[in-house]
Amino acid sequence: MKPGGALLEAEGLVRRYAMRRGFFGHAVEVRAVDGVSLKLERGRTLGLVGESGCGKSTTGRLVLGMEMPDAGRVSFEGATMPQPGSTAWRKLRARMQMVFQDPLGALDRRLPIATQIAEPLDIHAIGAASDRSARVEALLRAVGLRPDQGARYPHELSGGQRQRAVLARALATDPAVLVCDEPISALDVSIQAQVMNLLLDLQEQFGTSMLFVSHDLRAVRQVSHRVAVMYLGRIVEEGEPDAVLHDPAHPYTRALVSAIPHPGRTGQRMVLQGDPPNPADRPSGCAFHPRCPVANSFCAREAPVLKPRADGRLIACHVAHGEVTAGHGFTGQEAA
Amino acid sequence: MPLVSLTGLSVAFDGAPALRGIDLSVAKGEAVGLVGESGCGKSVTWLAALGLLPNKARISGSVVLDGQELIGAPPAILEKVRGGRIAMIFQDPASSLNPVHRIGKQITEALALHRNMVGQAARSEAKRLLDLVGIPDASRRLDAYPHELSGGQNQRVMIAIALAGQPELLVADEPTTALDVTIQAQILELLKDLRRHMGMTLVLISHDLGVVADSCERVAVMYAGRIVEEAPISRLFSAAAHPYTQGLLGALPPMDGPRRRLAAIPGGVPEPWAMPPGCAFAPRCAHRVAACDAGVPGLIPLAASHRVACLQVAQVAMPRESVPA
Repeated sequence: MKPGGALLEAEGLVRRYAMRRGFFGHAVEVRAVDGVSLKLERGRTLGLVGESGCGKSTTGRLVLGMEMPDAGRVSFEGATMPQPGSTAWRKLRARMQMVFQDPLGALDRRLPIATQIAEPLDIHAIGAASDRSARVEALLRAVGLRPDQGARYPHELSGGQRQRAVLARALATDPAVLVCDEPISALDVSIQAQVMNLLLDLQEQFGTSMLFVSHDLRAVRQVSHRVAVMYLGRIVEEGEPDAVLHDPAHPYTRALVSAIPHPGRTGQRMVLQGDPPNPADRPSGCAFHPRCPVANSFCAREAPVLKPRADGRLIACHVAHGEVTAGHGFTGQEAA
Repeated sequence: MPLVSLTGLSVAFDGAPALRGIDLSVAKGEAVGLVGESGCGKSVTWLAALGLLPNKARISGSVVLDGQELIGAPPAILEKVRGGRIAMIFQDPASSLNPVHRIGKQITEALALHRNMVGQAARSEAKRLLDLVGIPDASRRLDAYPHELSGGQNQRVMIAIALAGQPELLVADEPTTALDVTIQAQILELLKDLRRHMGMTLVLISHDLGVVADSCERVAVMYAGRIVEEAPISRLFSAAAHPYTQGLLGALPPMDGPRRRLAAIPGGVPEPWAMPPGCAFAPRCAHRVAACDAGVPGLIPLAASHRVACLQVAQVAMPRESVPA
């Protein structure tokens, strides 16, 4: 089940930003990530799901050490992540890479893609310069591009081919960890399938651990071995993708699952009231309570802790743990 | 009689075809989905119908709304149709709204234009419309600027503005693509409610078959500027006949069952200036034969209101066993 145990562990990550309200307003503290712990296993994928502003991308950057957490720690192969900018950190960067949502924005438009794929090898001084072109060719083949396409510029490639080029560049240093931040959401449906298949192939071939950040639960199920659902900077539920998708325990996960539009969906959709709250204006108690159809007054006072249920599923919800009886929402508004 | 019929609608930009003969009719009160990947022409179809394309676009064919031809119609007629009889909402509400004007002003502007309403009457109608699209505290929100509202609320405002002209047809172009999943669910429910209460005709343009399945009765699948399959929604999911439609369905990750490799369609969409000689899908198609390159296949009826444009369809129309969901 576990090809090699934990490769990367994050504990209690907190990332705060200061945001000024208005021109003369005082700075408000925004907690983008508010105590996130997660574990990446060797050769496995953790899916991180949530809506915009829930802190999933910030979590991805913290995990990579591209930003330092204000609290908490990230350890890679048992050792704490070194300070950004240090020699040790730079060395580690070669082992951890990131794939972004918009491949055109992530590529340099003025360089042919083969040059860009070779760049990490130059930066990290990996391999001899004479082997470079052979290595680039092998990388292009691994992501399903032809070696002659290496001479093309990003604008000469289709969206799917560009994302393949971004993946080839990320794989150049033979990384142990790949953080994919919404790698398919900018692509067409048929191309999304190609990239998801490619990610699975690459993982099988290279044994890469992946953090797959997405808002798309179906895509997460397709590529992940575990899934964590985030809401307003915290993980609210974590478990096996199938278990979470078919029997979501947290009311927010239930709403997310029921919002997936698909044919053959039966029954009434659970439509949440209102918008995701502003992280600068975090509701008291459980951050989800103003939108929650089963919240009661206790939920508005006490923040639930993420803890395992009897079957091992991690849930942060008073109601799901049976600590309080289900209410009818705490805003007085009846949820649909 | 259909509300709108498109016949042989073609559009070309600088000699490169974007639409290559669209035949589609929409009946009163119907909800039709238009599905396809980027660049297939699903948005261009309605921009062309409303005369909203730049001058360099070469348009031919016909778009008839209630007996009135719209292609080449004088501006005075098109101005009455746009917003008044056919309204359109777009993917990104934030860039469709004017950032320096209050919400109320933008709604009353549409009311003045289409219904000659001004002053207090317009303001109270604007408030009614905001209530209708489910914006809480409507009277105060009239004085808000778009940046003070969330993406979902801005899309509701766009819908309110579209409804201001009391259109018979609402064309929603990827109305939920820029929104979060839970907000997408809210907007789709809103569109459904509006249709139920106002009997409005809806054309929903989307790249997401799931979204269309949820809101429409009939769907047309487009590929490279043509409709390749048209069917009632349930039939499309149970008996998709065109290899491209089958490919789109196979590319959706399933929600249950064993995790299988996705049936990705190989290759990419052809460029408009390098269209294949015959069927545009042939280069990516697993069922391609020599005849596919000989000519562009037309839509042929397969069953009641199920039409498909594929030469091989008799051989390849294998009803799909289950709904991949």
